[in-house]
Amino acid sequence: MHKRLFITLITALAVLASACAQATPSPTASSPDLGLAAPTASAAPVTPIATVPRPTPAPTPTPPATQTLTVMTHDSFEASEDVIQAFEQANDVTITFLKSGDAGAALNKAILSQDAPLADVFYGVDNTFLSRALDAGLFEPYASPALAGVPAEFKLDPENRALPVDYGDVCLNYDKAYFAENYLQPPQTLEGLTRPEYKSLLVVENPATSSPGLAFMLATVVHFGPDEFLDFWKQLRENDVKVVEGWETAYYNDFSGSSGHGPRPLVVSYASSPPAEIVFAPDPKPAEAPTASVVGPGACFRQIEFAGILKGTKNRALAEKWVDFMLSTPFQEDMPLQMFVFPVNPAAKLPQVFLRWAQVPAEPATLSPAEIAAHRDEWIKAWTEVVLR
Amino acid sequence: MDQGVDGSRIEIGRSREQEGRRGTAQLLALLLPASCFLLLFYFYPLASILRIGLAPEGRLDLTALAALAGDAYLWKVLAFTVWQAVLSTLLTLLAGLPGAYLVARYQFRGKGVLRALAGVPFVMPTLVVAAAFSALVGPRGWINLGWMALLHLNSPPLNVTNTLGAILLAHVFYNTTIVLRLVGDFWSHLDPRLVGAARVLGASRARAFLEITLPLLAPALLAAALLVFIFDFTSFGVILVLGGPKFTTLEVEIYRQTVNLLNLPTAAALSLVQLACTLGFTVLYTRLSARVTAPLTLRPQTFTQRPLRSWRARLAAAIIVGGLFLLLIAPLVALAARSFVRLEAARGERAAVQTGFTLAFYRELFVNRRESIFYVPPFAAIGNSVGVATATALLSLAVGLPAAFALGRSPARGDGDSRPSRLGAVLDPLIMLPLGTSAVTMGFGFLVAFNRPPLDWRASPLLLPLAHTLVAFPFVVRSLLPALRGIRPQLRRAAAVLGANPARVFVEVDLPLVGRALFVGGAFAFAISLGEFGATALVARPEFPTVPVAVYRFLSQPGALNYGQALALSTILMVVCAGGILAIESLRVGEVGEF
Repeated sequence: MHKRLFITLITALAVLASACAQATPSPTASSPDLGLAAPTASAAPVTPIATVPRPTPAPTPTPPATQTLTVMTHDSFEASEDVIQAFEQANDVTITFLKSGDAGAALNKAILSQDAPLADVFYGVDNTFLSRALDAGLFEPYASPALAGVPAEFKLDPENRALPVDYGDVCLNYDKAYFAENYLQPPQTLEGLTRPEYKSLLVVENPATSSPGLAFMLATVVHFGPDEFLDFWKQLRENDVKVVEGWETAYYNDFSGSSGHGPRPLVVSYASSPPAEIVFAPDPKPAEAPTASVVGPGACFRQIEFAGILKGTKNRALAEKWVDFMLSTPFQEDMPLQMFVFPVNPAAKLPQVFLRWAQVPAEPATLSPAEIAAHRDEWIKAWTEVVLR
Repeated sequence: MDQGVDGSRIEIGRSREQEGRRGTAQLLALLLPASCFLLLFYFYPLASILRIGLAPEGRLDLTALAALAGDAYLWKVLAFTVWQAVLSTLLTLLAGLPGAYLVARYQFRGKGVLRALAGVPFVMPTLVVAAAFSALVGPRGWINLGWMALLHLNSPPLNVTNTLGAILLAHVFYNTTIVLRLVGDFWSHLDPRLVGAARVLGASRARAFLEITLPLLAPALLAAALLVFIFDFTSFGVILVLGGPKFTTLEVEIYRQTVNLLNLPTAAALSLVQLACTLGFTVLYTRLSARVTAPLTLRPQTFTQRPLRSWRARLAAAIIVGGLFLLLIAPLVALAARSFVRLEAARGERAAVQTGFTLAFYRELFVNRRESIFYVPPFAAIGNSVGVATATALLSLAVGLPAAFALGRSPARGDGDSRPSRLGAVLDPLIMLPLGTSAVTMGFGFLVAFNRPPLDWRASPLLLPLAHTLVAFPFVVRSLLPALRGIRPQLRRAAAVLGANPARVFVEVDLPLVGRALFVGGAFAFAISLGEFGATALVARPEFPTVPVAVYRFLSQPGALNYGQALALSTILMVVCAGGILAIESLRVGEVGEF
């Protein structure tokens, strides 16, 4: 008897859950009038079947937009509702964001659907994959006036097919508590990592499968040179570096400074991870970030992310407006707390938590996209031989 | 009764030729849904993506395949892929058989719940399972910490992360439920008097098992082994996350070549190798299965099961249930427990770790703290998941049930011969192919195949249940076939002689006899869809995020709230999965399912 009751309950719950889902407006499709769609929808069944064909319509401040724009991007894309709504209302447009897998998968999907583009704008190709996008002829050039204020170091495509939007530094993070408890100085430079006191402390991501893993390997290539970096990795291997496939595993399963409480106090992550640890801490907020970055010269690699107008778009004018908007202050100031990246527009102000807890490396490593494209596979292969075989 | 059936055979024999023709037409009609579905949603997208890789200029270019064949690395990868899959399958069978025996032969309280809970691992995202394992057996897991405290050790004695052991453990964790269900259900319909007779005639317990039970169980054992093997053979997340970067399977290599390197020729060549292997294994299975399948008199469970009476039986049951609990449920409990515990150190002063019960992570799920446009309320994510899973289960049954009937009946051969027909021998392996195809290949295949009107479906929300059905409906077919092939053809003939038309024979004879298997298949399809992430990530529409998608989204950023919410949502996923399986299995439509 109890079993039956339990099952009935579960079934009812499942039905309820799916009903709730249907009643909830999908966030993207109806984002312009999200606040109003919900009450209207739930009020509908209550309205008695009246003889009057149409009751007075609910007041809608925004009539449905007449145009649509599709932005293809990676899974990590985030933005504030009001920021996007402001753009939609100002331009009488509904924006659809097509999240298409991780950065690599999204780019490849854009390339494979080139003949019949799925979107008007693509956002989220970084400098390590920029050449692949440009060589495939994915983008139409657009010299946005908004680029004027962007520092030259970010503008890697002179033809303006790919426009820089944000950047972030891949750095080592360390667990402050571990080093304090063990009266140990955290390493300052890459060379320091090979010292015996840091044996078995570091976890890195595989550059073959992970974007920060690749960035960190590139930092060592720049710092030690394309022939010598493997010697450094040989020493790291002797110092018992651990390699895992992706950032999530490294950070949450192996790193002791995260809430996963893993065994290793040094991890390859981002300079923006310490502020994220504050933003996403449960209340009461801690007074201090639990982690910090190693920002010595050459210890970090700078990733720059680009947006571009997809070749073949039928919405060129709107696409231009969207790209301008991504470079404008409202969007640029929204990015840090949504995606934990830094704005390329110097006019954009950083949030307090970034100013306080994100360290800016003095001399982050950079490498031209062409050089990365020319050697990436060969470096990864050599790295794999030295570190994993 | 038996005499009557035999007598009728003569009469039917006269019109066999005519009936054979009608049977063939019937067979083709039954196979139509599966054929159309596979052609449109499997072979067409697969061919589209392989064509880009193998014939980029319109002409077939097999240099990549040739280069691959001469590459020692490929053979190493292939050898490891097969090796770990064989080991995993054997271990999974070993782990599942005692439990299958228990649920097949005994009635006890909580059996339904045990079966449903055992199915939960099936839906857990790999990253979350990795977290569960490290909470249990990781360097700072409970077992190691306890061991270290007990023996005053300085370093953790048990190290399973990034070893072959971790891969095997995870595969057993994920797939034991397949053995439990497929074998357990079939077993529960075997007549226990056969073993009883053997024992009376002096056979030992072991001999009775080896010579009576095992041969009778063989069809279901083989079906379960095939499914488990193909799952392990195409394993991806487990290898990457739990095995670590030192281990590579074909599936992992296909993913790397496609997503990281965009080397479509090599990816296509690797896909062909993987497909050929899947096909080979399935053909081998079909052969073996044909040899061991014998018509049986299946008995209802009320006839074959008894309560646990003696203390010895109870003890044995407790040991088996305890073992399953440790293996399958303890990691899940560890995970669920973490979602209710606040484990934040007062930063900088680790000594003062505040621990305690908290619902903060669950409450946080309902808050759109960042005012993000991508915020998904938990009930919406659950609704999406349950909706897609229900659609997948229905679609899989609609496609799989007729196909299974077509494959299970054999008009091409004589009476009493329940071996698969020639048509079945060809089609059966084809049905299994989607299981042996990597998610990334299918995801990209959909992208390039459905890109122009009238087939411009890349943006359709229906792609998700369709993609899930590709993986789920082979399960439906596999769970139905052993039962269907075991039905004595005489039963159908008897019904026909007594005046039942084919539809009525189906409803009155076949359906009640395979009813349980039908719901087992449906529950599998539901669970597969609920946990599927690989294809989901590639075809999901952002406006319909499922629970695993939301879990991965939380795990992609640092911070205690993100981690806590990922665990909380995973816990909810477990509850939804167990509830869904219980609900499906308790369905009763007329006599269907009662058997």
